[in-house]
Amino acid sequence: MKKPKVLKRVKKVKFNPQGSFRTLAGVEQYAAVWNESKLRHLLRRTLFGFKQEDFDSWKSKSMAEVVQLLISTSPAPLPPINNYNDTNFSDPTVPAGQTWVNAPYDGNANGRRNSSLKSWWLGNLLQQNSSIHEKMTLFWHNHFATESADVGDARYMYRYYSLLRKYALGNFKDLVLEITKDPAMLRYLNGYLNTKTAPDENYARELQELFTLGKGPLVFYTEADVRAAARVLTGYTVNATTISSAFDPNRHDTGNKQFSTYYQNKVILGKTGVNGAKETEELIDMLFLQEETALYLSRKLYRFFVYYEIDAATEANVIVPMANLFRASSYEIRPVLELLFKSTHFYDPVNVAGLIKSPLDYCVGLCKEFKIQFPDSADFANQYLMYDYIRTQASNMQQNLADPPSVSGWPAYYQAPQFHELWINSDTLPRRNQFMNILLTSGYTRNGKKIVIDVLPYIHELSDPGNPNLLIRDTVAHLCAIELTTEVIQFLKGILLSGQSTDSYWTDAWTSYKANPNNTVTRNMVVSRLNSMFSYLLNLPEYQLS
Amino acid sequence: MKRRDFLQTIGPAGIVFPALINGFTFKAFAESPLVSALTQAPTETDHVLVIIQLNGGNDGLNTVIPFDQYDQLANARSNIIIPKNKLLKLNGTSLTGLHPSMTGLQTLFNEEKLQIIQSVGYPQPNFSHFRATDIWMSASDSNQYINSGWAGRYLAEEYAGFPSAYPNAVMPDPLAIQIGSFVSPAMQGPSVNMGMAISDPVNFYNLINGIQGASPNTRGGKELTYIRQVAQQTTQYGAAIKNAAAKVTKQFSGYPTGNSLADQLKIVARLIAGGLKTRIYMVSLGGFDTHAQQVIANATDTGAHARLLQRVSEGIKAFMDDLTFLNAHKRVIGMTFSEFGRRIKSNSSGGTDHGAAAPLFVFGHYAQNDVLGTSPEIPLITSASANVPMQYDFRSVYSSLLKQWFCVPDTTLENVMLKNFQNLRVVKSSAPCMSSNPDIPPSLEANLVLNNYPNPFQSSTTLTYESRGGHTLLQVFNTEGKLIKTLVDKEVSAGSHKITFENEGYAPGIYYARLQNNNQQQTRTMMMGR
Repeated sequence: MKKPKVLKRVKKVKFNPQGSFRTLAGVEQYAAVWNESKLRHLLRRTLFGFKQEDFDSWKSKSMAEVVQLLISTSPAPLPPINNYNDTNFSDPTVPAGQTWVNAPYDGNANGRRNSSLKSWWLGNLLQQNSSIHEKMTLFWHNHFATESADVGDARYMYRYYSLLRKYALGNFKDLVLEITKDPAMLRYLNGYLNTKTAPDENYARELQELFTLGKGPLVFYTEADVRAAARVLTGYTVNATTISSAFDPNRHDTGNKQFSTYYQNKVILGKTGVNGAKETEELIDMLFLQEETALYLSRKLYRFFVYYEIDAATEANVIVPMANLFRASSYEIRPVLELLFKSTHFYDPVNVAGLIKSPLDYCVGLCKEFKIQFPDSADFANQYLMYDYIRTQASNMQQNLADPPSVSGWPAYYQAPQFHELWINSDTLPRRNQFMNILLTSGYTRNGKKIVIDVLPYIHELSDPGNPNLLIRDTVAHLCAIELTTEVIQFLKGILLSGQSTDSYWTDAWTSYKANPNNTVTRNMVVSRLNSMFSYLLNLPEYQLS
Repeated sequence: MKRRDFLQTIGPAGIVFPALINGFTFKAFAESPLVSALTQAPTETDHVLVIIQLNGGNDGLNTVIPFDQYDQLANARSNIIIPKNKLLKLNGTSLTGLHPSMTGLQTLFNEEKLQIIQSVGYPQPNFSHFRATDIWMSASDSNQYINSGWAGRYLAEEYAGFPSAYPNAVMPDPLAIQIGSFVSPAMQGPSVNMGMAISDPVNFYNLINGIQGASPNTRGGKELTYIRQVAQQTTQYGAAIKNAAAKVTKQFSGYPTGNSLADQLKIVARLIAGGLKTRIYMVSLGGFDTHAQQVIANATDTGAHARLLQRVSEGIKAFMDDLTFLNAHKRVIGMTFSEFGRRIKSNSSGGTDHGAAAPLFVFGHYAQNDVLGTSPEIPLITSASANVPMQYDFRSVYSSLLKQWFCVPDTTLENVMLKNFQNLRVVKSSAPCMSSNPDIPPSLEANLVLNNYPNPFQSSTTLTYESRGGHTLLQVFNTEGKLIKTLVDKEVSAGSHKITFENEGYAPGIYYARLQNNNQQQTRTMMMGR
């Protein structure tokens, strides 16, 4: 990975920020004390929840070490498998437990394969530990959105996911080129129908409007530019057998493509034969010469990882430096992430806890924070069923993995003025709390298997579970991004103490449970109180914040 | 006909609700007497039960003081005993007095709106706050773990299928409301908790006034406020509670200030009078764990315990006055309870340690007005571990309230209480909706006879008892409340019976024989010598 030698200095904006939720802090490296709360902030934003044990293993590391770990890649997961044979249906070409991603298309199997893909993808989020890799894959899924319901073939979606994952921490420009030729994307935005005789502008438009330049106030490409780009992109086909794309010179428009003054009157000369595909690279070069591309992506990363509102100070002190580095490092993604995650701005108190958890953050995070045990891969049928349950829950909360609502991705990441407040409404908030309550009380049971929050192992990992003050302190520090008021802390303690005012009553109950862990009465005495406490804590609006 | 029964005859609840009943949609016909009869919760009642939990283990012997045992009590707790002349007298009884700070409850008793039930407990008392609380909440035996609460089981019987298809036109309101705490385990139903909680009075007023709590001046604080707004809008039953609260614009002006119990009860009165159909409310007051300095030396009618009892008394009195003011007083009965009482003997730090049986109060327009049971018998010489033996099982109180106040039929009662408990007269017989009378009227109570000879004894003693027939229970407890032996637990014929209690190597000291025959019981002190 290339690193720029000199960072282009940007003059810092010094005007008075308006309102109280603002900061002048920029991308200069965070140099104040690196402590546990800063580490937790970083982990909350970059992972889908974190386990206490992960936190403990990272506590002693410096900010630089942690950021390096986070932005390093993790190995690609094994492909999704046939979890779906049952009494009604058996895949004719794929045995149970084997992957279907290279099998022939089967109209009867495809729906089940698509569910398999979605469950598996959710499982990948659950299994992602100390790397931002899956979160970045999700970022790109939102950015280069496709919908499995439209693509219509799960095998395409698998290749699409694999492509996003491969480039998730790689080079953005390379990713744009590859996604342009991705079979799922060619299907989704009709690229495979874009020919010299019947140009289809769909992808050419989104490539500029959503994938690179955006439609900010300083972006002035024209409708003629959309048409010209569509002509550049003519000729791609999809092979439904090999699930690959190809360039067919016979379908390519070999004429010259003239672009507007916004693109400095660039002409992409028409090419014949296989060289026609080179025009695509020229087109992408042209898009990446525009300063807006790096700015647009920097803003998107910022909204995904920091906050949705970008005021003039943030634009000048954070977005512009990020974009400069993005360009200087030839659109490598990791340096920009590193800059952001080490910046004073990222750790500014004004930005802590300002992100509302997405449904996937919430659902997967809850499972990870409490280390909910899922069936293992040997019991893949039930494992996938459980992943499917979590995925469905997130979907009911309006984030359906592999099926965002449109090519623009989820509105929470672009729809002003509410942005990620859109995740929380009178339908979705009760759903979140119901999901949590089910996992905390009865658990979810299917096929005789159960996933449930077991509070005892969780509590055992705390520094001093017998001390109600420390128990609550540690728990709240782990689970809440924002401080709780003294009243709420006291209330939580009141639950643990059954309204008593002497701490030792909890200590005694804990001690007698520890002395007799298999005794139902002593065990339930602590479990019932812990469950009540967690039910209250996780129902708090504070738990929705990251 | 019970709604549940009705549904069972047609099909699953989830199918019948949106569908048609005799060709009419449920919603359109909801208010008609026909559908009301078909779909109303099983029991037609507008009665409300208010449960006041006194957290920490209230010192019953410093709350309800036996005049007839006063000298022995003064002997056992010389450092905290309240001078006899300061105790509050009650109309119609010379045996029982109240703590001087409980003038409100004295008035209620004398106005025939208060019942005192003596020595309520259970066999094998547990001295752990947690375990004892769980026992009281779940109504389990001492050695039994039950995952649901007694009130929750009752509500689950009444409102089958909750929470799916709730709220609905028949029951638009919370089934139970807890104020000032999280949802009590007492309201835990067999599968879901049947109650909702309003964590503290401030949150209640925030809810009805649409106010958000303070949040920090950061982006996190901004988003927190947003989520709180949505949370408030979507609080299940939030609108029902706001509407009920809005209907009551003026309340009784005499509520005491600085009394958190009164604050909670004031909200309860408002919601009841505002028309919520909620059946059960639960409120709580903490601080009763008075191990040390429960009184001020030389002014033993003052101090920490006196202040607590004053809050209880003033809170309940104001609540009752408010209910009368709001014309809702005939709908409400309340009861107090604490997870245990305290030891007979005080300790040297001017307090009392965890004990066993204790009195509880039942209050309301229709509360039976008497002192049920006899004064706890205080031995001349008391060991530090000596406890008040139980006269009434706390589950008998629950069971009797359910039966007499909520008109719960016996078959259902057994599902809720998990077994058959003595029916005690706790609600005046003039109250409407009395499905049955207690087994035997209280006026006959003195007729039970329990004796033993010899007494004191060494190797054995013979107990003579009279039963009126039917189920008869004869148990022996030690002074810590531990069940030593069950001598009789069966149906016996009416008349006099004898049985021998053998000393099987028990420690010398005082033992209590407890006879229970239907709704009556009697205890007798037996002395085992060396």
